Amino acid sequence: MSVVDDVPELITRAHQAEWARVVAALARRFGDLDIAEEAAADAFAAAVERWPVDGVPPNPGAWLTTTANRKAIDRIRRECKRDDKHREALMLSDDDPAEPLGAIDDERLRLIFTCCHPALAMETRMALTLRMVGGLTMPEIARAFLVQESAMGQRITRAKAKIKAARIPYRVPSAEDLPARVSGVLAVLFLVFNEGYLATGPDTDPVRHDLTAEAIRLTRLIRVLLPRDGEVAGLLALMLLTEARRTARVSASGELVALGEQDRGAWDEELIAEGHRLVRERLAAGVAPGRYQILAAINAVHTSARDIRDTDWSQVVALYDQLVRLDPSPIVALNRAIAVAELDGPEVALAAVDRLEDKLAGYHAFQATRAELLRRVGRSQQSRAAYDKAIELAGNTAETAYLTRRRDQLG
Amino acid sequence: MQYLVSVIDDGTGPATPKEDGAIDEFNDRLRAEGHWVFAGGLGSPDPATVVDNRSGEAVFTDGPFVESKEYLAGFWIIEAADLDVALKLAAEGSKACNRKIEVRPFL
Repeated sequence: MSVVDDVPELITRAHQAEWARVVAALARRFGDLDIAEEAAADAFAAAVERWPVDGVPPNPGAWLTTTANRKAIDRIRRECKRDDKHREALMLSDDDPAEPLGAIDDERLRLIFTCCHPALAMETRMALTLRMVGGLTMPEIARAFLVQESAMGQRITRAKAKIKAARIPYRVPSAEDLPARVSGVLAVLFLVFNEGYLATGPDTDPVRHDLTAEAIRLTRLIRVLLPRDGEVAGLLALMLLTEARRTARVSASGELVALGEQDRGAWDEELIAEGHRLVRERLAAGVAPGRYQILAAINAVHTSARDIRDTDWSQVVALYDQLVRLDPSPIVALNRAIAVAELDGPEVALAAVDRLEDKLAGYHAFQATRAELLRRVGRSQQSRAAYDKAIELAGNTAETAYLTRRRDQLG
Repeated sequence: MQYLVSVIDDGTGPATPKEDGAIDEFNDRLRAEGHWVFAGGLGSPDPATVVDNRSGEAVFTDGPFVESKEYLAGFWIIEAADLDVALKLAAEGSKACNRKIEVRPFL
């Protein structure tokens, strides 16, 4: 055991690296998501208690798994005494033989397909995946969904109860069910990625590389599984092209850097090349693109420009037009308006943004976009008010810093 | 694991001969594949009687226990390894009887 000064930091790192593995291994072994989650949480609580005293173990992952296993057995013994039959009825089913799954032999993939089961509501799938796979806390998840913590807690509790009572299986779906099940998983992974890319919480890093990396890792795994699925390729490309700009996106002083002001030399060329390859592969396929493929293409346009002034905005707007036809949501319309501002000017964009106020007034990006456009058309006072609202709504520390500076620059 | 697969009638009325044929075919399949436990069709809830003998003195009330536009028009009880199997069967059952279906696990 080595005594390390920065134990909390090491615990945080172990949590990010090991949470899903510990939960997935326990869920597989004990066939119960509740026990898996609680025992994993117990193990991390034990680490918080023991590591500062005993030192951080040489292999934190192994320590956590062993401890969690012990905690799970303790819990099962307690529950067995309480109600044998009841607990037996609550076991997850897993009739898969214990044979290697080849390329997809990953416990976490089982966990994610269970959390993303179609018999659960989409919001529940996302919440459950963020909790069980992503290891996010209840307040973080509640914030990601803009709901009360207690409501989120109930949603997750109910989901776990349904998985047990209705016997949602703990396995990777069969080949014929896979395509339909994958689109639900992609939606969840995209949300996990977004939570990592614009992390919420005053004490959280503005960009949580652990979450973006986890989302990319799992998307890569699914791509191995479904190499011809256009949306899997599209989502992976989208994530890679976004991740490529990660380090340029937050300044040394911890402030968000807008796309136009980023040091493009700091973008990750390898990730961009891989993302562009995927986008070209989808274009060559000649199949009508889905949502993720269009978003990836938009990001390919951005990452192809050496300077913001070289951006092909008419191409970006055309891609957004295509996206609006697939997904006429106000958030897509908002993002389209941002591109329109570059092509047709801020007045045109502002008119489009103002039409979205009913639906998006409580969304920080809406207020931030509106503030920026008002600033550009010289309506400083209204711009300031919109920045105030955006700052109030933003949960990301780097974004708050950026918005505050922009507001304070107003004359 | 057993599931109750309820057929929901939302104003569609009794099954047509074509639907009956498809249901028979589906039932044969359930039996052949070992999923069959029991099934039955129900008439409209209008002639239902509610009985309450909790006090030891039976009270009979005319009509269904819940007034609703949607009602239980029939059900299957199926044996299935897990919800994936049950949902797949229910999807075929819904197509066969041409009605909405609810899948609910037994305790």
